[in-house]
Amino acid sequence: MMNNERPAGTGVILVTFVVAALLEVIPLNQTLDWVRPEWMLLVLLYWVLSLPHRIGVLWGFLVGLYLDVLVGATLGQWALSYAFGAYFMLAAYKRMRVFPLLQQSAVVFLLVGSANLIAYLVQESVGRTLYPPYTILYSAAASAVLWRPLCTALRWTQHRFLVR
Amino acid sequence: MYSANPTYRLLIALVLAVVLMALDQRSKWVEPLRYGVGYLTAPVHYLAHLPVDSARWLGRLSETRSNLMESRERLERQVLILEQKVQRLAVLQAENVRLRELLNSSANLDASVLVAEIIGVDPDPNRQELVINKGGQDDVLQGQAVLESQGLIGQVVEAGPLSARVLLITDASHAMSVQVNRNGVRAILAGTGQGSRLRLLYVPDTADIKEGDLLVSTGLGQLYPRGYPVARVSRVSHQSGAAFADIEARPTARLDRVSHVLLVQSMEPVSIPDVAPESPSDEPTPEELPDDE
Repeated sequence: MMNNERPAGTGVILVTFVVAALLEVIPLNQTLDWVRPEWMLLVLLYWVLSLPHRIGVLWGFLVGLYLDVLVGATLGQWALSYAFGAYFMLAAYKRMRVFPLLQQSAVVFLLVGSANLIAYLVQESVGRTLYPPYTILYSAAASAVLWRPLCTALRWTQHRFLVR
Repeated sequence: MYSANPTYRLLIALVLAVVLMALDQRSKWVEPLRYGVGYLTAPVHYLAHLPVDSARWLGRLSETRSNLMESRERLERQVLILEQKVQRLAVLQAENVRLRELLNSSANLDASVLVAEIIGVDPDPNRQELVINKGGQDDVLQGQAVLESQGLIGQVVEAGPLSARVLLITDASHAMSVQVNRNGVRAILAGTGQGSRLRLLYVPDTADIKEGDLLVSTGLGQLYPRGYPVARVSRVSHQSGAAFADIEARPTARLDRVSHVLLVQSMEPVSIPDVAPESPSDEPTPEELPDDE
């Protein structure tokens, strides 16, 4: 094996996803709903970035499937979207790690935006969209803004609970 | 070695997701999966509702005695008024049943209800849905009608084990059959996706519908019980040249303010043959057997 350390802390990863799920459904007013960040996708991107040998497309798919049931979307909508999100991050994580802050946020904006676009296309195809597609960019922008603080919090969690 | 095959995994995920979507849209085969995952998602909804719950609990703790006395008095007055109305209702109901017997049509006005609390709203602005704290374990079924004290709210579109999702009448994909209470003109009431706006579809320009008219459910489609208030007409505009009148209505239920809702457990048998599709979903409504004839 390339890693001499055994993976640990799966429970902690799951807890961070549950907290993110909570933030996904916590009631906000209608204006704030537009800029609700994609918490679960952000957490997923962080774990892919820091543990690419463990967290990847499969995790993305399963987390997305969970979100599908949580928000009552078509089964597979977010699963597909998050699988793509994880895949893109797997392709970019080596560069991402050396990027400065602003550039990282820009990448997150693109990743969340394209993942949202996939979900939007699925939702559109089942006829459950009402607003034009550019509205998904609001939440992508909010996600980009929140990327850095979230990274800090998750890195602290990772070191504190020895997730590897 | 881990970087060897994410592309294959993505392809597998893609295929799986497409299969899931197709099955979810076209069949009931993936419903057990959704139901199973529902055990894991419901606690999140309950947790997200916890702050509201505890705030209410604290408010109850800090209620003063005089306030309680006051509200008790108010409720007693209300009960008195309601009881007086019910007295007349019994007579009217008996009369109604007799008249219906003359017409050889049966109608069971009684429906048992289940009280549920709203524990979440859909975060997606594209959809108007609620999450309630009763699910399959409380015998909530897909297609059940959901009421509030002031009127109809919507229907259960997904019954998880511990929670259920309610599609509101204001959702853009929702439409139901209603009639004007004043004169019985029937029309289709569709949601617009906005909180308090509904539209009457395909109403001829000459139809007798005025501002302020109460729209009640017709029971056609056998999904919603008959005779519950749904909306009040808020605007009628006639455009010369247009085939149909442009009519807007406002739900009578306080969709954005209620905290508790009623689920209709048993449906009344409707004698009129079903013509208008009432639900956005194409599966048949779960029907309950009429207990008394």
